Formats: sequence, structure tokens, C-alpha cells
Amino acid sequence: MSETSDQKKTRPQGRRLLLTLAGVALGMFGFGFALVPLYDIFCEVTGIRLIDNGRVSASEVQFEPTDEERWVTVHFDAAVDRGLPWEFGPSEKFMKVKVGEVSETLYLAQNQSSEAVIGHAVPSVAPAQASIYFAKTECFCFTQQRLEAGESQEMPVRFVIDPALPKNTKVLTLSYRFYKYDEESGTLAKADRS
Amino acid sequence: MSTAETTHHDQDDHHDHGPAKGLSRWVFTTNHKDIGTLYLLFSLAMFFVGGAMALVIRAELFQPGLQVVEPDFFNQMTTMHALVMIFGAVMPAFVGLANWLVPMMVGAPDMALPRMNNWSFWILPFAFAMLLSTLFMESGGPAAGWTLYPPLSLQGGDSFAFVIFAIHLMGLSSIMGAINIVATILNMRAPKMNLLRMPLFVWTWLITAFLLIMVMPVLAGAVTMLLTDRYFGTSFFNAAGGGDPVMFQHIFWFFGHPEVYIMILPAFGIVSEIIPTFARKPLFGYVSMVYATASIAFLSFIVWAHHMFTTGMPLGGELFFMYATMVIAVPTGVKVFNWVATMWKGSMTFETPMLFAVGFVILFTIGGFSGLMLAIVPADFQYHDTYFVVAHFHYVLVTGAVFSIMAAAYYWLPKWTGNMYSETLGKWHFWLSVVTVNLLFFPQHFLGLAGMPRRIPDYSVQFAEFNMWSSIGGFAFGLTQLIFLYIVLKASFGKRTEQLPDRVWEGAKGLEWTVATPAPYHTFDEAPDFRDEDVAHGDVAH
Ligand code: HEM
Ligand SMILES: [Cu+2]
Repeated sequence: MSETSDQKKTRPQGRRLLLTLAGVALGMFGFGFALVPLYDIFCEVTGIRLIDNGRVSASEVQFEPTDEERWVTVHFDAAVDRGLPWEFGPSEKFMKVKVGEVSETLYLAQNQSSEAVIGHAVPSVAPAQASIYFAKTECFCFTQQRLEAGESQEMPVRFVIDPALPKNTKVLTLSYRFYKYDEESGTLAKADRS
Repeated sequence: MSTAETTHHDQDDHHDHGPAKGLSRWVFTTNHKDIGTLYLLFSLAMFFVGGAMALVIRAELFQPGLQVVEPDFFNQMTTMHALVMIFGAVMPAFVGLANWLVPMMVGAPDMALPRMNNWSFWILPFAFAMLLSTLFMESGGPAAGWTLYPPLSLQGGDSFAFVIFAIHLMGLSSIMGAINIVATILNMRAPKMNLLRMPLFVWTWLITAFLLIMVMPVLAGAVTMLLTDRYFGTSFFNAAGGGDPVMFQHIFWFFGHPEVYIMILPAFGIVSEIIPTFARKPLFGYVSMVYATASIAFLSFIVWAHHMFTTGMPLGGELFFMYATMVIAVPTGVKVFNWVATMWKGSMTFETPMLFAVGFVILFTIGGFSGLMLAIVPADFQYHDTYFVVAHFHYVLVTGAVFSIMAAAYYWLPKWTGNMYSETLGKWHFWLSVVTVNLLFFPQHFLGLAGMPRRIPDYSVQFAEFNMWSSIGGFAFGLTQLIFLYIVLKASFGKRTEQLPDRVWEGAKGLEWTVATPAPYHTFDEAPDFRDEDVAHGDVAH
């Protein structure tokens, strides 16, 4: 009696439940994808957005003036994605900078391959909480960089640190990762696999 | 396809009064008991496959330095061990138990959707054949950890695609199984069994099934995004294309934390059936158990970022996830309190199921405490990705989930097979397991506190001693499980020597103990008369 009369009685009700549950499962599948924009929106709305790599023009940089003189250490870091045949690194590893004043440093890049390559750098700041106080007025990461075969180039970065930077932050790390720009697809190429 | 008695049935394409013969019985079966058996045997097999991988890991870690396997293979072992144990051993074991027990506990003749039930099971062997086959492919199996964090997980070989499809299939199987369980519980209960008269095992499974339906699709979405990032040029998690690798962690753990409760709620149900039986007292606080289970399930959706404290969250986020995580300890504490109160002044006896259940209560609680330590943000900065985390989740998963599955196996084995297992062997199994599992995992707390990172094949010499103990414990624990294998096979295939009573344990309550032993192929063809004395353990007079 595997198809019992009890079961039959519950059929219409059972079907509705089944469809609801399957619908929830499908909806949650979509929700997984929706999380990608939702997280961004959430951070925007609640103001906990941390990553701000936008460009600030020198004239825009206006801070509340403070009397106190404050210095922090900035640590420069660099990495090259596996798909890009470049050498790339900071000219100095550490720099003491005065908060609220524009400072400048140089990164050095060299194309080690025998053809011209276009690269694009993606910056990040650690600790992430400090990134909104780290304003770059000039940066090679704003545009693509083309290096001819064997060419090397100095790449300047100019930045200001907002005096509103929380007092307990004494060291900031500015890190760049250079990716190869793929002219055909117009996107940044992915790292070669294995 | 008929027996003498089929005349009064309007459908005759079913085997009504006994199983078909031979292999086709198992391939085409829609019988909940057959499918339960298949799930449980599959889980047992995967338990040993995953266990063998764990022993490769422990062999390599027996001494500092690299001696047994290559580092890349070591990483494949940690990744595969976790995937096999989580999706192949623990989850199918619980689904198998649900298949066997839920219809019998609610007085239903079968699961609500028997044909889909067949599919849910038979997908699994294919999924795992696919997953395990990657170990023999040129690029090897997945090696980036079971959490599959990009970018690392996207940098391996092309066997990756097989891993993703295997995970899709496992998810599909779980979702179908869960839908079936919900439909069975909501639509097929015997008359007079209202929700608050259901056994706790049924309750915990109802809630677990909802969790599964909610989060397995999210995992499927996450791994689909990995797949398209890898092969179709999307940039969900690829920083070069404007994506964010940390986003993957958010999506993964939105699935991952409810997933850990999927692996423990049914265990709560099991011990809530076993402890009252052997304490010969009603379960203390039945209703509070139900509410505690529901609150744990709800809270499990808002704590996921405790796995990500070190990714650089804003302070407000860290505080929120810290406190939310700690709040889970409250309903969990209610449960532990209720189990202890059930035992309090009971006339307890310690047959093997009870031993495993009591072992569960004590050792799972240790795992809960280490979880609380990990929930403290500043402490987690130190403990994260160390062996302390490994110790934590093995206490909750091995001495928690796995112990409860073993307790369940001993408790219901006589009902399933008609054979009583050997109590002497069962006690040996328990005591050896308890001693060796603690030797295996307790030292890992110290290793983690001292700073040994997880998922590494080599370590500096100051960690040598604890690792040696842990490896010895690991091999001893692994060997001990052969006793369990012997006991289960003997009960299942051995000759029946005595006729056991319907109510195998004198204190057992619930509808499953009112049917013959061993349980006939079809039970409750007619809905049972659900009398008050058939209500499973509960403290209310219902
Ligand atoms: C009182 C309850 C619990 C609390 C407060 C808790 C807390 C935590 C925290 C904070 C972590 C992250 C540690 C880190 O990576 O730094 C963690 C990891 C983990 N927990 Fe729990 N936990 C609890 C119960 C459970 C239960 C019941 C299970 C499963 C049955 C479980 C399984 C896991 C697993 C598998 C991981 C590691 C995941 C991974 O990184 O691979 N936990 N737990
Ligand atoms: Cu968690």
C-alpha cells in the first residue's frame, strides 16, 4: 500500500507545499548572486564603506586645520600578477609623512619581455579602516601604463593623509598589484593558471 | 508484480509486501527503509574514505619535516577530507536516519515523495565518484581548502570543474532530501499528532530541513560564480576585473555557518531521544528544546562573519558578529542544561547508546566553549587559522555530530536489523573512542594557542611533541572504528538468534517502538491510533 489513500488525500495541499519549498530554494539561489550588489549597497547605506580608491584633485584636498603636528609611517608594498612580465617595486619601503601635507614617492617598473605590454595597477590600503583617510592626488593607478619592450619607468604617487585619521593608526600600508591589460577583451587579464 | 494480496490496491506497480530480489531492489527502491539503509551504508563507506585521508594527514604531521607525501598532495588531503566528511559522511548519515525514522516516528507509511527520495540518494554516489576521481587526474584534486577561497581555488588545474559539479550535485541531493522531509513531517503525521507532540528528532530535522533549503542554494550560487570567474570571464571575485575576493567569503559563510548547524541540530534530536530512555525520565523542558532549536537556527543566519574577523571589518561589524555569536551559546546552554536535568536523579543505565550520548553532552560542550573563545574578536585574531580552530570544530563535529550518529546507530540498530549488538564490543568501541579521540584532538588546542597554523604539511620543532601524541591518537581512533564496522555488519548480516521485543529498550518511547522488531518492510499502512502513551519523550502531559 505504498500509494496510500492518506497520501492521496493530501495531494493538492502537498503540491502547494512542494512548489513553495522549491520556490524558496530557487529564490535562495538567486539571493546568492544578489548578495554581490547587496553587500555594496549595504555598505553604502550604512556608511561603513571602506574601500575608496577614487581620485582626489589637489585643489579638493581641504581638511579641518589642526594646530597639532602629527607624523605617521607609510609602508609601500608592491606585487605583480603572474600574467604580467614586469618588475615592479617601490623606490623606498618606508616613509615618515606629516599628516595633512602632500607627500610624494616613486614606484619603479620595468618591462622584462620583448614586446610592449599594457598594465593596470589596483591599489589598496591597510588597515582598511584607514583607507578613506588616504587621498591620492596623483597616481599611476588612475590610468593604464604602457611599457615598450625592456623599457623602465618611474611612476610617481602623490598623496595626503586626512588629519581626521584615527589617533591609534600610526602605520599605514599602501599596496599596489599590477595586472596585465588585455587589449582584445578590454579587461584585465587573469593570472595564468598553475 | 503482484502477490496474493494486491487485489484491493488500485496501483500495482509497487512491491507491496516485501522487497524485490537482487540489485534492482536497491536501484529502483522507493521504500524509505531501503533508502535509509542506502544512505547509512554510503555514509559509513565515506566515513572510512575520509578517515583514510585524515590518516595521511596525521602520518605526515607525526614528525616535523616532510616525509610521507608532497605538500601539494597534503593540501589535497585536507581539502578532500573535509569535503568527504561533511558532504559524504555526516550529512548523508543524518538524512539516512531521517529516512528510516521520520516516517516511523510520525506514523506515516513512507516519505511524502518516494520517487524523488530515490533520486536524492542515487545522485550521491555519482557526485562522490566525480569528486574522488579528481585525485587521479593530472592536476590532482582540489587543494585550496574545503572553503574554496579565491583566488587560490581558481589557480589549480582543470579538475576544478569536476569539483564544482560534484558540489552542485550534492546540493541538489540535499535540497531534494530536505523538501521531502518537510513534506513528510507537515503532511503525513498520524491523526492527533500535533506539532508539539512530535518527537524531538522530528522537530530538529524539520528545522534542519528548512536550513538546508535556505542555504544549500546559496552555496550552489557561490560555486557557480567561481566557475564562471574561472571559465567564462566574469569577475565576481577577481580583483583585476573589479571584483572582490572577500565577497566570496561573505557568500560562502552565509551558507557555511548555517551548514555547521545543519550538522548538529539532528544530533541534538538524537540525544534528546536517547537520554530520557536510559535515564527513565521524561525529557526535561521539551518545549524549551523546540524553541531553543528554532532560535539557534534563526541566529545561525546572522553570525557568519565570525569566520572573517581578520579580513578587516569595521569595528561595528566585529562587535555585532561577536555578540551575535555569543548569544547562540544561550539556547545551546539551555539544551545542555535540559539534558543534564533529564539525567538528574534518573535511574540511569549505561548501555552503549547512552554512553555515546553522555559522551556527546560532555565533549560537545567543550567544543562549544572553544567556539566561545573564538567568538571573542581580539582572541580570534590570534587563534584564527591555527590548530585551535581545528580542535574546536573537531570537538563539535567528531565528538558531537559523529558521536551522536554512533549513538543513534546503536540505539536503533536492533529495531532495524532485529539483532542486538554485542554490548561488550559496544563498550570497547565507546571507551577506546573516547580516550583516543581526546588524545587526537585535545593537544591541538595547545598547538593552536602556541601558534601552529592549520593546513600546513610541516611545522617548526617546538610543536613536535603534541603533534606526535595527536597522530598516535588519530591512528588509534581510526583503528577503533573497525570495531564499529564489525558490529554494524554483524548485526546487519549475521544470523538472527533471538526474537527481540517491539520495545527493544524498556524505557524507549515513541511510535517506532510499537512496530515489530525488526521493523517490517511496510509500517503504518493504516495510520496508527496515536495514544497518549505513544507520545515520545516530553515533560508535558500533552
Ligand atoms: C557555541 C557555539 C559555537 C560558537 C560560539 C562557534 C564559534 C566559531 C568561530 C568564532 C569560528 C571561527 C574561528 C576562526 O576561523 O577563527 C568557528 C569555526 C568553526 N566552527 Fe564553530 N562555533 C560554535 C559551534 C559550532 C558547531 C555546533 C559546529 C558544527 C557542528 C561548528 C563548526 C565549526 C567549523 C567547521 C569551523 C571552522 C570552519 C573553517 O574555517 O573551516 N561550530 N566557530
Ligand atoms: Cu560559524
